[in-house]
Amino acid sequence: MAALYEEFTLCGLVQTQNASDSPIQGIERDGDSDHAVVTDSTRSVTLYKVSDQKPLGSWTVKQGQLLTCPAVFNFQTKEYVVVSDNKVIRVWKDEDLNLDKAFKATVTADVWRVHSAPGGEPVVLFQRGAVRFLDSLLSAPQQPIEDVLSEEEVIRWSTNIVAEEQHFVLFTTEQKGECCLYVQRLNPNTLQKYRLEREDSGASPLSFSASLRDKHLNLLYLYPNGCVYQSVVAARGYVGLEGVQALPRSLRLRLAVGEGELGAASAVALDEAHVAVVGVPHPSARTGKDFLCIWNTNFQTLQAGKEMAGRIHGQVWCYLGKLFVPHGKALSVIPYDCQKSSLASALGKLRHTGIAVSKSSVAVPSWNTLLHGDQPQGPTKIVETRKSKLSRKSQSAQALTVDQVLELIKTGPVDEVQREVEALVSRGDAQDLQLSVGQLACHLVARSQAETAFYTPVALAQLVQTQFLCHSVCPGLLLLSLEHKDYFLCQLCLQLFPDIPEVVTCACLKTFISVPDGDVEMVSLEPDSVSFMEGLVAAGARGGQQNGFSPPLFEEDSCDANHQPKPPQDKKNHTLQLEACPVGLHKAVLLNEVLQTPYSDNFLLPHLKDLDTQQVILFLQYLQFVYLKYSQDVYTQTPGLRSPTMTQIIDWVCLLLDAHFTVLVMAPDAKGLLSNLQSFVKSQVKLFSELGKIESSLQELHKMKLSKDISQYSIEVIELF
Amino acid sequence: MGEFKVHRVRFFDYMPTAIRAMAFNAHTERLALGRMDGSVEIFNFADRYFQEKVIPGKDSRSIEALCWVGGRLFSAGLNGEITEYDLENLRPKYSLEAYGGPIWTITSNSQGAHLAIGCEDGTVKLFEVLEESIQFERNLDRQKGRIISLSWHPSGTQIAAGMMDMIRVFDVPTGRAVQRLLVDRGFGGSKSRETVVWSVVFLSDYTIISGDSAGKVQVWDGHTGTLVKTHLVTKWDVLALSVSKDESSVVVGTSEGTVIQFQFIAPTLQQQQDKEWVRTRTFKNHTHDVRALAEIETAIVSGGMDTQLVVRPLLEKFDERSHASALRKIQFPHRNLVFCAKKAGLLLFQFPGQLELWRLGESDGHGKPGDSLPLKRKPEKLLHLKRKGEDHICCSALSSCGGWLAYSTMSSVRLYRLQTDNNDISISKVPKLPKILRSAHQLCFSSDSSKLFAASSQSSVLVIALSQSECKYVHTLKPKSGSRQPIHLMTNSVDGKWLATANSDCEIHVYNVQKLKLHCIVPVYGSCPSAMGIHPTTNNLTMVHADQQIFEYSIVEKQYTDWSRKLQKQGLHNLWLDRDTPVTHVTFNPKNPEQILLHDMHMFCIIDQSLPLPDQKTQFYNQMTLRSLSEQERPSHLHAFKICKTFQDLLSVSLLDDQSLVMVERPLLAITCQLPAPVRQKKFAT
Repeated sequence: MAALYEEFTLCGLVQTQNASDSPIQGIERDGDSDHAVVTDSTRSVTLYKVSDQKPLGSWTVKQGQLLTCPAVFNFQTKEYVVVSDNKVIRVWKDEDLNLDKAFKATVTADVWRVHSAPGGEPVVLFQRGAVRFLDSLLSAPQQPIEDVLSEEEVIRWSTNIVAEEQHFVLFTTEQKGECCLYVQRLNPNTLQKYRLEREDSGASPLSFSASLRDKHLNLLYLYPNGCVYQSVVAARGYVGLEGVQALPRSLRLRLAVGEGELGAASAVALDEAHVAVVGVPHPSARTGKDFLCIWNTNFQTLQAGKEMAGRIHGQVWCYLGKLFVPHGKALSVIPYDCQKSSLASALGKLRHTGIAVSKSSVAVPSWNTLLHGDQPQGPTKIVETRKSKLSRKSQSAQALTVDQVLELIKTGPVDEVQREVEALVSRGDAQDLQLSVGQLACHLVARSQAETAFYTPVALAQLVQTQFLCHSVCPGLLLLSLEHKDYFLCQLCLQLFPDIPEVVTCACLKTFISVPDGDVEMVSLEPDSVSFMEGLVAAGARGGQQNGFSPPLFEEDSCDANHQPKPPQDKKNHTLQLEACPVGLHKAVLLNEVLQTPYSDNFLLPHLKDLDTQQVILFLQYLQFVYLKYSQDVYTQTPGLRSPTMTQIIDWVCLLLDAHFTVLVMAPDAKGLLSNLQSFVKSQVKLFSELGKIESSLQELHKMKLSKDISQYSIEVIELF
Repeated sequence: MGEFKVHRVRFFDYMPTAIRAMAFNAHTERLALGRMDGSVEIFNFADRYFQEKVIPGKDSRSIEALCWVGGRLFSAGLNGEITEYDLENLRPKYSLEAYGGPIWTITSNSQGAHLAIGCEDGTVKLFEVLEESIQFERNLDRQKGRIISLSWHPSGTQIAAGMMDMIRVFDVPTGRAVQRLLVDRGFGGSKSRETVVWSVVFLSDYTIISGDSAGKVQVWDGHTGTLVKTHLVTKWDVLALSVSKDESSVVVGTSEGTVIQFQFIAPTLQQQQDKEWVRTRTFKNHTHDVRALAEIETAIVSGGMDTQLVVRPLLEKFDERSHASALRKIQFPHRNLVFCAKKAGLLLFQFPGQLELWRLGESDGHGKPGDSLPLKRKPEKLLHLKRKGEDHICCSALSSCGGWLAYSTMSSVRLYRLQTDNNDISISKVPKLPKILRSAHQLCFSSDSSKLFAASSQSSVLVIALSQSECKYVHTLKPKSGSRQPIHLMTNSVDGKWLATANSDCEIHVYNVQKLKLHCIVPVYGSCPSAMGIHPTTNNLTMVHADQQIFEYSIVEKQYTDWSRKLQKQGLHNLWLDRDTPVTHVTFNPKNPEQILLHDMHMFCIIDQSLPLPDQKTQFYNQMTLRSLSEQERPSHLHAFKICKTFQDLLSVSLLDDQSLVMVERPLLAITCQLPAPVRQKKFAT
């Protein structure tokens, strides 16, 4: 999923004379992740601190001069570079106040852009396609610049990409409706030219966006008809490959464009699956193209959308989790958040899709944070605006910070640790908690494992209940709670963790089955699940009567003609089983939790074999009990209460039988049970065969033509023979 | 055979009114049926339940009860009048104010000498039945509270009267109330409401059976005035009661739409002497109140708010399956309410209170069989003509050119000149109709619109000449038989030479209009003709009777045609004879003289006289089979009756001059939709 957060205005915009031109030439990054260098379309460059929404510095060229290229930041020398009047390169530092007094160099050819990226030297791209490193150019400004492009070929867009050892300059050109991509590799210098496939309409792309992923350059481009294509170029190209190559493309997205074609629109790739698009109509809004939308290109779904007030100029920049969109009379910054979409969440199989996934995934290390490890703010983090920072400052005066608590956990006494963790959790700053809960839990578990005397059940339960934890963040937690016979915590973990491995599930099951009833009955468990189980047991105690109607016993219902009449004691045994729950109430509650835990049967099956025969028989008896309760119709399920479904019960019965079938067949005390279970199967088979029988009739119903709606008057043709 | 373009018309909002009362005359086997709008219909139960006569209603008239005295029919209503009907002229003979406020019930004693009525003011009034009228005789003791229901003891000496919360038994000679039977109120919330004794019957063994608004059927001992047995049959009202002639069975009708039978039988086989009234069967053929009931020899006849007349045969009285043992529902009148101007493409719909003139739509497309064609022009309502006066419209006619329109009520005939040019329609009433033309049972224009024929009293026909300037009485055509019965069918030939009339005596007269004299009488057949038509080229008269027989009579040769003889010799197919609605329209295809077009409520049929007649072994409804056969195989399977059941609930079928058919449907569902909501019934666990 992706989300757009609350937008804020970075600065106002001055309308240019020509309304269709954007008042902004470019936005670039600075050494500081919170800075943005904004170059307007005329004479000035402004440096902003984004989270504070305030300018830090501004530089202007003299009247009559014109900035022809967005200012960039040289990450190596910490200097700003801009080009005025196509030929004059100016370099200045943060502390320089006047641009006129800054270093100037005039080059011999018109400059198209200066590009700079962290980790790489700035490069200068000339309008005729030549590329120079800034340093080497400034050392000999008057050096001759060769023409790479032909007469009528003009550059439309360019970027540079720096990754590891490699440095690329990409630019696209247009000549008589034909678009080409040039990939200039630096050190060693090679130039490769690719021809873009022509769109049927003959239109050229509105916008480009390039990124490097998996050693491939991905070029994403948007056409006026709403098609977003992606082309991939290998980063390690074939050196010496001459001539123009055709660039294959794949359609990633087809946006509805409404009436007419897109005028000013732009698409930028956010990650491998998400694309931010501006200037394209929102599919559910009726009119207007002034929207910022995030699309998932894998599933072709709209993930988030926002209407931007005023005209959008078809420009969007994306730096570190923020989108910069000039629109109307303002430049807005919209923080966004893209999370990996998984098939599981798309299919709704993941538990607590809405809440748990989005929250727990914070604790899962993200590639983005690894890549930009030096940045304190991950892209998922919501930008702190001045306001929220202020409010937090006032709070955190007296209480311990997360780091302090972590220190305390390592050495402090149980009571104090418990108190402080509690205090920290209850302070409830959700954003901080997301990060710290995992750390806290890990530290607590580590200490508990080291020191047997140290165990903080309340604190751990509280941490689990924040729902920011999952098993993979703190793998020892569930086993620790089992060790300490903290069944309440076990239950919580089983309920709230989406990712418990099958081996742990099995360990829980084994512990639960073998625990003596007396031990569990004293434990307080989650009240909803207990009341469900009480209801289930009580339903049987009423004698299976409802409205004076006594439903036929399950056995009678399912027996077929040649079914042997049962010996009387067996019958008695059967009814006995019907009424009494084979396990205690709280034990049953815990077993229910196991039943509802997600699992994959291939992985579960080997671990199930660890159970011994008595445990298997007991568990099967319990499953049979629940099955009978359900199939009797006596117990009507209360909606809202967590309860195992019929399918889950049947699945577990099947799994257990699969795992232990030979043993069970041999075991004399499992005989009655097995024959009962066989009758379940029979009844299920019967049910499904009955359903199968009516399937075709139901399909016929489906096929049946809806009777024609005959109006008040019609003229029809009939034929008589 | 060929394709037809069909105008499927469903915009005729015909709405029958609820049935309020009925009386069965066992002697003549006629059932008189009174509807809410004051109209009375006479059904001949001996002739396939054919609706023989209709006496149109009147705004001020209401019918609460009907009663036969011999062959005379009386009704009484809440307007406080007793009316005797003139069944020959289809009009009330006279009405008599009873001076007792609204009358709830009327009943005659078994001798047929006296009528008793129950009035709102609490009096039971006795009227003596005289030769030509009735005369007030006396009041019985006046009671507090209205008299809702009455029943004479067969001896004629006592009368049981159902009232509010009680039943009174009067001694007729003295006029004194001799018994007072208190009827319990309903349970629960209805405790505070008075119980209305809607119906009461007095049996010859002095047993009184009553049905009341608390849902009870109670059996009383009339001698001692004690309650013998209570049957609670419904949560709602028991509205009607009827006893069989041998007094062994009583049927009751309830608000739930059920009819419940009680029989006087011994509960066990051992004690054959101790008979009691036992609830035996329940029939549910109605959705709404059953307001009127009659138990006849072999069937239970019921009617009510849902407007249909249901004849439910008692199957134990039949030895073999026949048309008489089948359930009959009579929903549509057995006469035409739709008239079609074949040349002009206009439709005239007759309602009791108004006439509607519609122009059919047009389509220029062609399509495959089964297709609906796109409409070029939608149908258009040209005219909504409200009748004048209180009397309801009894018949109407539209000339085939669409230039003349006529209708008649009981008291007057009105003739209009219609002029349509493109979209404008102008209507002008023709003034100064001949004085002799006061009312008509049937109206019909000659095909060239130069003459108007009006069926008058005693089966005579008035001939009126029409022209632009005036309309002039020409002649009265009189039958030789001297029948006094009204004409219910009238048709004329396209060449303008012949006019055929049929009356309730089953007589069919053919007149020569040019010579203005009777041409011949078709041999009388035992069943009433339900439809007839004269062939445009051969001038053969085709008649279809209520018992589904078809005859073709050559007017020129004054004898049945060979085809008709062949048909009678071979006999009609059983499936044809077993149909339960009469054919109500016969028409011909001028382009194909061998085709006769017929329809009843459930089917439309083209008889091709050139094809072999089906025998009993032939597959009668064979259109589906023919459709599946190849072109070569088809001829060997063809037979004369081509029946199409695509169109249901048909009120009219006609063939326009452009060879397209007009099917006027009135779906029963649409009628049901307009009925008021039925009483709430508990279904399952609701």
